[in-house]
Amino acid sequence: MSGNILRAENITMQFGGVMAVDNLSLEVNEGEIVALIGPNGAGKTTAFNCITGVYEPTNGCVYFCDELMLESYPHGKMKRIYQGSNAAKYTKRVTLSPDKITKLGIARTFQNIRLFSSMTVFENVLIAKHMRAKQNLLTAAFRLNYAEENRMRREAMELLEMQNMAHLKNEIAGSLPYGIQRRLEIARALATDPKLLLLDEPAAGMNPQETQELTDFIRQIRDDYHLTIFMIEHHMDLVMQISDRIYVLDFGKLITHGTPEAVQNDQRVIDAYLGVSEDA
Amino acid sequence: MSKKANGIISALLLLALFGLVLMLERTLPPTHIALTVLKKGCIYALVAVSMNLLNGFTGLFSLGQAGFMLIGAYTYGILTIPVADRASVYQYFDGGIVQFSVPVIVGLIAAGITAAFFAWLIGLPVLRLKSDYLAIATLGFAEIIRAFFQWDKLGRLTNGSNLLRKFPTFNSIAFPFLVTVVCIGIMVLIINSSYGRAFRAIRDDEIAAEAMGINLAKHKRMAFCISSFFAGVGGALLAMYQTSIQAATFRSSMTYEILLIVVIGGIGSVTGSCIAAFLFIASSEWWLRFLDTEMYIGSFKVPLLRTGFRKVVFSVIVMAVVLFARRGIMGDREFSVAGIYNFFKKKFGRKEAAK
Repeated sequence: MSGNILRAENITMQFGGVMAVDNLSLEVNEGEIVALIGPNGAGKTTAFNCITGVYEPTNGCVYFCDELMLESYPHGKMKRIYQGSNAAKYTKRVTLSPDKITKLGIARTFQNIRLFSSMTVFENVLIAKHMRAKQNLLTAAFRLNYAEENRMRREAMELLEMQNMAHLKNEIAGSLPYGIQRRLEIARALATDPKLLLLDEPAAGMNPQETQELTDFIRQIRDDYHLTIFMIEHHMDLVMQISDRIYVLDFGKLITHGTPEAVQNDQRVIDAYLGVSEDA
Repeated sequence: MSKKANGIISALLLLALFGLVLMLERTLPPTHIALTVLKKGCIYALVAVSMNLLNGFTGLFSLGQAGFMLIGAYTYGILTIPVADRASVYQYFDGGIVQFSVPVIVGLIAAGITAAFFAWLIGLPVLRLKSDYLAIATLGFAEIIRAFFQWDKLGRLTNGSNLLRKFPTFNSIAFPFLVTVVCIGIMVLIINSSYGRAFRAIRDDEIAAEAMGINLAKHKRMAFCISSFFAGVGGALLAMYQTSIQAATFRSSMTYEILLIVVIGGIGSVTGSCIAAFLFIASSEWWLRFLDTEMYIGSFKVPLLRTGFRKVVFSVIVMAVVLFARRGIMGDREFSVAGIYNFFKKKFGRKEAAK
């Protein structure tokens, strides 16, 4: 079972009576670029939120680097109204808050950009360095941590230089053009020193040329930072070009997975996207 | 202009201000209203900055400031009343149970620590709430604390609903000025540190902050405790200024006054809060006082001037600020020497370019 950096088993997320994600199992191997696709409302972002600790899944477990990171089983009211399968398979509850998961090495971006919009570009990146700092309130307030503070600033600056954003460092993040905000959000996620990067629709709202640039950019950061990338995306050009493997969700259920070619020609995927005619 | 030069000039300016204030104190008669304004303004500036740290920099809308000031004031009073005077202060409660007293500075720090401790306690449940709900819960807390401290059963500690008095106070304006400068200085250092950045990140976007590895619960609690610490110190200073402590004076209207200062000064601006604190105190205690007395020009009686009219005018001013300068005096910018320098440089630079 080695080699996979992220393994989710039987992830089920039920909101009241709605099954947002139903029995999803997936694996992401080290160094891969894996995409999660599906029509609107298929539960892709919900799956992301389960993995990053924003939601506690109703049932299922997640392993990160072969260590149990999250596990849950239907409890409380869900015990009664749970409609999924594998309810008896899990018996523990292991929960981690999103900040702990980021600390383990999973960084993410958001579908609707979430930058610290009143702070500068530099500060946005610098924030990511806060969690691994050894300072405490007193040493930080009285600048006894200057060595650490300087290191954090240097690292943040190096990252901005590598991303060709050094000239923007004093700009207010909220005033940047949309495409640069997207890039900054990725840069900020990189600053947390992740092993696995989750991108939630990185190409949303981009034109074909920008999408092409993003494709190259994603490949490049994968190689530069030795990352594994797991992303949700709607732009099929981008997905088919760079993904090693693709998972397809529809109505919360995994309908197929495999290489881009296999997925592209899968009848179930075509049906999910285009619909099935009534009289077929 | 370099950062260092900016710091040095700012420090010199502050020193000059301190000298000016001391000189004013020497020359003006001791009961002059300007001195009252300066003393009270210092205290309100400290509390306003502490509230701004929480509301403006961390984005937690809390209305518990009066409660924490009350805790600070009481802690200070209880700990510093000289042993010899305790019998007369606690005359209905057999001289009270605390039979020692500590120096003023220790009393001030204890006031802050006690307020921070209470903040930590109530922060455990309350900080799970957001926006308006947090405001209501903290406001409720402040009201409960006020009633609690007047409870007869606690009389041996808090003197019930009677006054606490005879604790050491200050005569010179230097004392509140220095304490305020030191406290605000520490808060500014915190705001500009890595933790301050984390607070601002939480204000801008909680979910993103969490995804950046910032422990929300820990940092919110931290901001709440820091803010309450300095509110407690401010409460103790206010007690020294008033020379007596009574729980009934720490009403929620006091919180609203401070909130008003924060809003007028600019949410997220430390210097704005300081400027607004002095403006607020000066207007309510001094500049608008003439509106409360009847006035005759020759034999013509100026209409509308009577007791209470000051508050009407004051409300109109506040409404005008909220309507026309929604971001307050300073917005979220800071008043700095470098800022002024750059402003003039730009202006003159442009003029030269035009020539």
